[in-house]
Amino acid sequence: MRLLMNRLFLIFSTLAALVGLFFLAWILYTLCAKGIVGLNLDIFTKDLIDGGLRNVIVGQIMMSGVATIIGIPVGILAGIYLQEYGGNSKSTEFLRDLSDVMMSAPSIVVGTFVYAIVVVPTGHTSGWAGVLALFILMVPIIVRTTDDMLKLVPIELREAGIAIGASKYHVTMNIVVRYAKAGILTGILLAFARVVGETAPLIYTSGSSEFWSTDLTSTFPSLTVSIYNLATMPDDEMVQLGWTGAFLLTTMVLIINLLGRYASNKKRS
Amino acid sequence: MNMKKALALGLLGLTIGTAAYAAKIEGTGSSFAYPAYKTWSKAYYDETGNQVNYTPTGSGSGIKEVKARHVDFGGSDKPLKSGALKKAGLIMFPTAIGAVTFAYNVEGVSGMKLSEAAIAGIMLGKITYWDDAVIAKDNAGINLPHEEILFVHRSDKSGTTFAFTYYLSKMNQEWRESIGAKKVVAWPSKNRIAGKGNFGVATAIKSNAFSIGYVDYADAKKNGLDMAIIENREGVFVKPEPATFEAAAVYADLDPKKDFYANIAYPPKGYPVVTATFALVPQEGKNSKEVIKFFEYALTKKNKLIEAVGYVSLPEEVIKKVQGYWIEKGLK
Amino acid sequence: MELIFRKIAQLSASLVFVILAATTIVLYISAKPAIEEFGAQFIFEERWGVEETIELSPSEQAAQDALKLESIESTGESSDGESFVEDDDDFIMDDEDDFITDDDDEEMGSGSQRTKVIYGALVPIVGTIFSTLIAMLFAIPIAMGIAVFLSEIAPGALAKPVGVAIELLASIPSIIYGMWGLFYFGPFIADLFGGNTVSLLVAGLVLGIMVIPFMAALSRDAISTVPDMLKESAYAMGATKLEVIKDVVFPYAKSGIIGSIILSFGRALGETMAVAFVIGGVYQFAGKVTDPTNSIPVVLANSFAESSGLSLSVLFYLALVLFVLSFVVIGVAKFYFLRKK
Repeated sequence: MRLLMNRLFLIFSTLAALVGLFFLAWILYTLCAKGIVGLNLDIFTKDLIDGGLRNVIVGQIMMSGVATIIGIPVGILAGIYLQEYGGNSKSTEFLRDLSDVMMSAPSIVVGTFVYAIVVVPTGHTSGWAGVLALFILMVPIIVRTTDDMLKLVPIELREAGIAIGASKYHVTMNIVVRYAKAGILTGILLAFARVVGETAPLIYTSGSSEFWSTDLTSTFPSLTVSIYNLATMPDDEMVQLGWTGAFLLTTMVLIINLLGRYASNKKRS
Repeated sequence: MNMKKALALGLLGLTIGTAAYAAKIEGTGSSFAYPAYKTWSKAYYDETGNQVNYTPTGSGSGIKEVKARHVDFGGSDKPLKSGALKKAGLIMFPTAIGAVTFAYNVEGVSGMKLSEAAIAGIMLGKITYWDDAVIAKDNAGINLPHEEILFVHRSDKSGTTFAFTYYLSKMNQEWRESIGAKKVVAWPSKNRIAGKGNFGVATAIKSNAFSIGYVDYADAKKNGLDMAIIENREGVFVKPEPATFEAAAVYADLDPKKDFYANIAYPPKGYPVVTATFALVPQEGKNSKEVIKFFEYALTKKNKLIEAVGYVSLPEEVIKKVQGYWIEKGLK
Repeated sequence: MELIFRKIAQLSASLVFVILAATTIVLYISAKPAIEEFGAQFIFEERWGVEETIELSPSEQAAQDALKLESIESTGESSDGESFVEDDDDFIMDDEDDFITDDDDEEMGSGSQRTKVIYGALVPIVGTIFSTLIAMLFAIPIAMGIAVFLSEIAPGALAKPVGVAIELLASIPSIIYGMWGLFYFGPFIADLFGGNTVSLLVAGLVLGIMVIPFMAALSRDAISTVPDMLKESAYAMGATKLEVIKDVVFPYAKSGIIGSIILSFGRALGETMAVAFVIGGVYQFAGKVTDPTNSIPVVLANSFAESSGLSLSVLFYLALVLFVLSFVVIGVAKFYFLRKK
């Protein structure tokens, strides 16, 4: 009986993986089939106004990049603080709950918040507003995954470190975090993937632009918003451009994912 | 006269001087107008190097943002009254005309005619089956199935919905009194679904059998949807096509004295469900002159371009009135 | 060094707290006018954007008459509209504040009445709850299955690429899910279950598919923190794989797994773009699961750009309701699952 249950479970588990892969394949196939068709050199050399995607790709990378560079350290450090220094106090729990709730905030709400505190005072949409919106969306995810992963580190490890006289800082950074590294990294990559696909918050904070720009202080181009605009237009060429953009976006995120994993594995060995 | 001349020369000099720098203009608003403005801004950029960047966010947003002076001009399908314009320090003029069609998806049926009675009945939820007598009356040679009508409308607040319900209000007393013209409606019919944007509605119609909905001409055409031939104000059944749109546009009472405030649906002749889209520009905006330059370029030189993306370009007389309006407002 | 590190970490945590708190506060402030107008009734009201005429009290009556007088003077026209004339637009009803004569919704109507637009959150709330429920019911077993497969069942050479593939699913932007759902998945479900191509079911399933990689990846990582020694001792005692997973791995990694579920739940609750295209956007309850309906984030996405004044405030109120909803559910989930030691 036990063996039967075991068998069934293993089959189920494998089936689950297959189901997941099935949907992935379907979506990817759709994306590739519709997106690759429109690939050509122009996409990378011309801006949106001329029928290419150069400015929005660069713009997306810039905004997501800046948000990530600021977001990762803040998120990890806050997560470390919660788990290692915060203990189980009321305020720690409250911050955890607040982060969880923020995770379920429709991204458009974050967009309106940033609109109110950045766009209105400055009088126009800007790349920095977009960066802030992405940052606010990213950080709770990083904080909570760091927090949860650190929690799983066996207490023996920490005790061992302290027993040999290491400082808390040393124990935390070199032992605990290192043990949880894979999980923390996953959290970062997931957070990044999530924000890099966001559209709604950017529409009202960084707007969209057909033209080349690297000036974060004014309306800024982004791939997601442009995909959204293009894909819903009654013009076949524009729609095609939208799908190609979507394909490129997914590819970009995947590459970053792979690079992230690779870099962390290398460090390990 | 001398004073004026000197001023003119001075301005000319200034303009020539500043032409050396590429202008950058921001606009936002109506998604309905987006394809038109995109077409024009590309031509403008190619020819002058000036950047006109328009973001489609919806007419309401367009009005909001231009009032707050976050952008240099706003696009709206719904016009503002003179009083409101004055209060916000804005000027307004029309830029293009479009049409809203009844797109439907009933297998084996094409070339369907819908009378005003049929339309009103379907919209008010009174006619629920395709083979209803009122519909069948005008479609003698067509085999209508005994299936429930699935009505597709917009899920988002929209200027297109406004234009459509404005037409319904003018055309039908009961609609006028019970619902009126709005951007979002509590539709009376029971069997309905909604799509996001004209694009969503068109896709929904395409993939759901026995459906009918209101979609702008460009999206209906792009998705290859059948569009109903509808009864217009003078009782003639007209096809939704550029010729009938133009015939309707002629009657648009676009009057510069009223800042071109007009809801042009349900004109005496031509296709009845037409709507204009407007540009709102701050009277004293720092880039307002540039905006006017752009639109002048667009309307006088590239007007016909937008017909390829499903619009009706403004009639010549209207363009002249608009130019006069600009001069009068001191922006040209 | 020790102190500096602690201080910096604390600063980060405080920064996060400030930002999150500020967002909530701004949300509340923006929602206030709507809260004052509709009160708690908002949550149980099912109509959206429907007009109602209300009797005015004498003081409100006087105030409205004064307003009317003012508006007549400033625009030179009466807002009362005469009988239907060619270009009479008195039937235009909107809550935009661009007409002088109706700065908020309380204008149309004459005599001792005013018309008010009623907004109610019940339909979006129910839609949000059910779509998320469907998503979770679908996603949890599959994600757990995948996580277990990746960490316990698959041989290393297989686990790596499959793991990458699952993460790839996570990197697909939500708008793609929306488009794919609209064009391909929706019709597929409609063929399978009948009904429309946009519905509660389609939305719930698309949401589920979206959160699976999230949940699976994090759970997999949580599972891999289980010390091998623990597992080996269990195997040594003769436990089957299922038993090891059930009684050793899951309990140990519980916080990480529950955490991943909560994170995914939050994501599903607040997802906008993916759902906006496929839920149907209709302010009606879904009689059957294949009927269209609405959800809070979708209402926000659809109405936000075009709203101002009171109707905008209503949207923020709706967002606030979502916040409270998620707070309660997450709180309950944590309490139940994580305290049970």
